[in-house]
Amino acid sequence: MQLVLEKRAERSTFIALASPVLAIALTLVTMSVFFLILGKNPVTALYVYFIEPLTDSYTLMEIAVKASPLVMIAIGLSLCYLANVWNIGAEGQFLIGAVTGSYLAVVTNGTDAGYWVLPAMLVMGALGGALWAMIPALCKTRFGANEILVSLMLVYVADLILDYLVRGPWRDPKGMNFPTTASFDPVATVPVIMEGGRLHAGVILTVLVVIAAAIMLGRSIKGFEIRVVGAAPRAARFAGFSSEKLVIFTFAVSGALAGLAGIIEVAGPVGVLQPGISPGYGFTAIIVAFLGRLNPLGILVAGLFLALTFIGGEGAQISMKVPLDLTKVFQGILLFYVLACDSLILYRIRLVAAKPKAA
Amino acid sequence: MGLVEAIIISIIAASTPLLLAAAGELVVERSGVLNLGVEGMMIMGAACGFAGAWLTGSTFVGALFGIAAGMALSFVFAVLTLGLAVNQVAAGLALTILGVGLSGLIGAGFVGEKIVPAPQLYLPVLTGIPLVGRILFGQDGFVYVSIALVAGIWWFLCRTRGGLILRAVGDNHTSAHALGYPVLKIRLFAVLFGGGCAGLAGAFLPLAYTPFFIPGMTAGRGWIALALVVFSSWLPGRLVAGAYLFGAVSILQLHAQAFGLGIPSQLMTALPYLATVIVLVIISRAHGGHGSVAPASLGTVFVPDR
Repeated sequence: MQLVLEKRAERSTFIALASPVLAIALTLVTMSVFFLILGKNPVTALYVYFIEPLTDSYTLMEIAVKASPLVMIAIGLSLCYLANVWNIGAEGQFLIGAVTGSYLAVVTNGTDAGYWVLPAMLVMGALGGALWAMIPALCKTRFGANEILVSLMLVYVADLILDYLVRGPWRDPKGMNFPTTASFDPVATVPVIMEGGRLHAGVILTVLVVIAAAIMLGRSIKGFEIRVVGAAPRAARFAGFSSEKLVIFTFAVSGALAGLAGIIEVAGPVGVLQPGISPGYGFTAIIVAFLGRLNPLGILVAGLFLALTFIGGEGAQISMKVPLDLTKVFQGILLFYVLACDSLILYRIRLVAAKPKAA
Repeated sequence: MGLVEAIIISIIAASTPLLLAAAGELVVERSGVLNLGVEGMMIMGAACGFAGAWLTGSTFVGALFGIAAGMALSFVFAVLTLGLAVNQVAAGLALTILGVGLSGLIGAGFVGEKIVPAPQLYLPVLTGIPLVGRILFGQDGFVYVSIALVAGIWWFLCRTRGGLILRAVGDNHTSAHALGYPVLKIRLFAVLFGGGCAGLAGAFLPLAYTPFFIPGMTAGRGWIALALVVFSSWLPGRLVAGAYLFGAVSILQLHAQAFGLGIPSQLMTALPYLATVIVLVIISRAHGGHGSVAPASLGTVFVPDR
C-alpha cells in the first residue's frame, strides 16, 4: 500500500476555502507542541498569543499598525506571484522607499516647509521602491538573470545604504552619535487618526490599495493579463500579452507599494530613519500573500492574522518569557501548512495497492 | 607567515562554506529540483553544529549535527515539493524563513559561548614548507572535505551510470519516468544530499571560521551559493573557480577597509552582493538570456501518471 497524489478533474472549491483555516488549525496544534516542549501551558500561551491582544483597544490599534505594511507589501507581491514573477526582495524595496522618502524630511528638517512635505515624501518613497525593483526586473528582461537572486541580493545592499546614510551624512548632529536622523517635523509625519494609540492615516491608504487591487484584478484587462501570463504563458503569447512588459509592470507596482509602506513606517510609527526599522516585513509579507491566496481581500485578513502573531508574540515574550524567535518559527510553519493544504485543491491523496512488479 | 600567505588562507576559509553549500545544491538542481532554502538549512546547520560541538566537545560530532539538521530541513522540503507537488520556489522560501527562526530559537542559549575551533592538519616537514606548506597541508578538515566533495560529485555526475540517470531525471522527468526510473525517489536522495551539504557548510561557520555562534551568521551565504550554481553553469569544476572568486572578493574588501581608502565601509561590505548581481547578469547574458544550460526540468512539478 502506498499514498499517491492524483490530479482532480477540477479544482475543489470547498478545499480552496477550507485550506487556510485547516493550515491555521494545524499551526495551532504545532504551536501547542512547541509550548509543551518549552514547559509552558499551551492553552494559556495560545490565549496570550491570539486572544489577549484582541481584548484591549491599544493592542487592537497596534495590530492594524503592524498589518498595514504587511498588507500593502503583500498586495504588490501577489500581483508578481500571480504572473509567475518572483520578487522576493520586497524588504529591500521597503528600506529604499524609507530612504528616498526620508530625504525630504531630512533636508526640510527645522525649516518652515509647508504641508506639501508629507505627500511629496510618500511619492518619493513609492518612486524609490519602484526604481529599486527595476534593477532585478531589467536584469531579467534584458539579460535573463534570475530575479529571485538579484532581488534578494539587493536587500543586503539596501540595508547597507540605509546604514551608511544614518551613520554618515544624515546623522542627527544632536543625536549623541546614535545612528539615526533627527526626529521628523510634524509636517513630515503621518498623522495619527485616533486618540490613545498609534493608528495612523497610512492604514487608510492600505485599505484603499486593497480595494484598488481587488478592482484591478477582478475587473480590468491588466488583471486578466496578469492571470493569463501566470497560469498559461503559451496562451498569453498567442493573445499578444508581453511577459517582459508584465515583469516590469509587476515589479514596478510591488516595488512602489513596498517603498510606500517603508516611508509610511518611518514617517508614522517610527518617526525617524534608523537601522532596524523593519522586523522583516518584506519577508513576512510573502507569507501573507500566500496565506491570503494571492487575493486582495484574503491578504487583508491574512495580514491582520500575522500582525496578531507579532503582537501576541511580543506579549508572550513579556508575560511568559517565550523567545521572540518563536513567532518567526510559527510564521514559517504556517507557510508550510498553507502550501501543503493548497496542494489539496488541485490534487487528492489516495491510498493505492503497491504497483505490481514491472515485467 | 607573510601577508600574501595569510590572505590566501583566509580566502580559502571564506570560500569553503560557499563551495560546500553550492556543491550540494548543484546536485539537487541537476536532478531538476530548485531548493531555495539553502540559507535556512545553512543557518540551522550552524546552530545545531555549534550545539553539537559545545555539548560533546568534538568538532566532528558538531559537523554531524550540522549535516543532520540540514538533512532534516531538506526532508520537510522534499515532502512538500515531491510528495505534495507544492511550488518549489514558495516551499524553498518557507524553508529559509523557518530555518532562520528555528536557528534563533536553538542558538539563543549558545550565544556568547565559545568552543575549541576545528583542528588544522599538521604534517611534519610538509606543513613547514615556506609559502605553500600551510596553504596545502595546514587547513582544517572542512577544506579538504569540500574539495573531495566537488571531485566526487564531478566523478558521479560525469562518469557513472547513477549520475547519468540523475541528469536524465533533471533534464526530462517524463522520459525518465517512462524509462522506468523512480523520478521522485532519485530526487528525494538528491534533495537530502543537498541538505546535508548545506548543513555542513553552515556548521563550518561556528566550528572553524569563528569559534562562536551568532544568530544570522550565514549573512546571505546560502543565497550566494545559489547564485554560484548559476555561475558554474551547473558544472562542478567551474563551481570551485566561482566559490574561490567570491571568497576572494569578500576577503579583499575587508583588507581594503583596513587600509582606509576613504571608501565607506558599507560599500565594501556590499561588494560580494553586488558582485553576485553582476556575475548573474554576465553569465545569463552569455547564455543568450534563456538559461539554456540549466537542467530542462528545473523547478517544475512532477506527478507520476500511472
